[in-house]
Amino acid sequence: MQWKISVEENILVVRLAGELDLGSADTLRTEMDDALDSSQLRHIILNLADVTYIDSTGLGVMLGRYKKVSKYGGKMALVNPQPQVKKILELSGLTSIIEEYSDESEAFAQIG
Amino acid sequence: MKINNKFKLQIKSVPDNVAFARVTAAAFASQLDFTLNELEEIKVALSEAVTNSIVHGYENNDNNYIELAVSLTEAGMEMCVEDNGKGIEDISQAMEPAYSTDPERMGLGFVFMQSFMDNFKVESEKNKGVKVVMFKKVSSVDGKPEH
Repeated sequence: MQWKISVEENILVVRLAGELDLGSADTLRTEMDDALDSSQLRHIILNLADVTYIDSTGLGVMLGRYKKVSKYGGKMALVNPQPQVKKILELSGLTSIIEEYSDESEAFAQIG
Repeated sequence: MKINNKFKLQIKSVPDNVAFARVTAAAFASQLDFTLNELEEIKVALSEAVTNSIVHGYENNDNNYIELAVSLTEAGMEMCVEDNGKGIEDISQAMEPAYSTDPERMGLGFVFMQSFMDNFKVESEKNKGVKVVMFKKVSSVDGKPEH
């Protein structure tokens, strides 16, 4: 799994590619937490367009970061998950608490 | 049911082996007529079982081993994932949705295994490891036209 973390319009933007499981979860969690802790950022956009696989470990990383920003009134947005990823997100119930958008510009407009 | 093909694998309890195990099982499963969707479900179910062994059974200690045995029959594929870790004291509690001993985890591992597999069984005792046996039916077997 690869990812790029950037700050755009005062939002932490994480663009992920590949398979999100136990092999990558710890590093992703640490890097996202470091980026949040070292800034005043409250919102996160997770672009999932290039994520080809996710399981409950990956969902846990998302839920953990969602809880973290929610505590300070922040929001999280998920962008464009592929069908097999979307199925897991829906089955977990995560999409009922975290908004999902079809592209980044829509996500920026809604949570920015 | 006659076993047409089978493999056994012993993998170290390291996180990178979750992907290795699921890709190997999915490649083996492709010897049957599983749909792409079914192969995705097999990958998730197996990953959850191996992840549980690493995270819960061995508490992230990477110096242990997980046994994987996968068999193909005409009806489908059976996957057995076994560890020698700390075991589960209360299986019914562990199977409850959203039950997790770790706040960073969603407690959905067993839920996904149950949802995606046609048969699912967990055997465990405290300090005696966990054995998960799952079976995925080939859906095309049911719908196969008669000749």
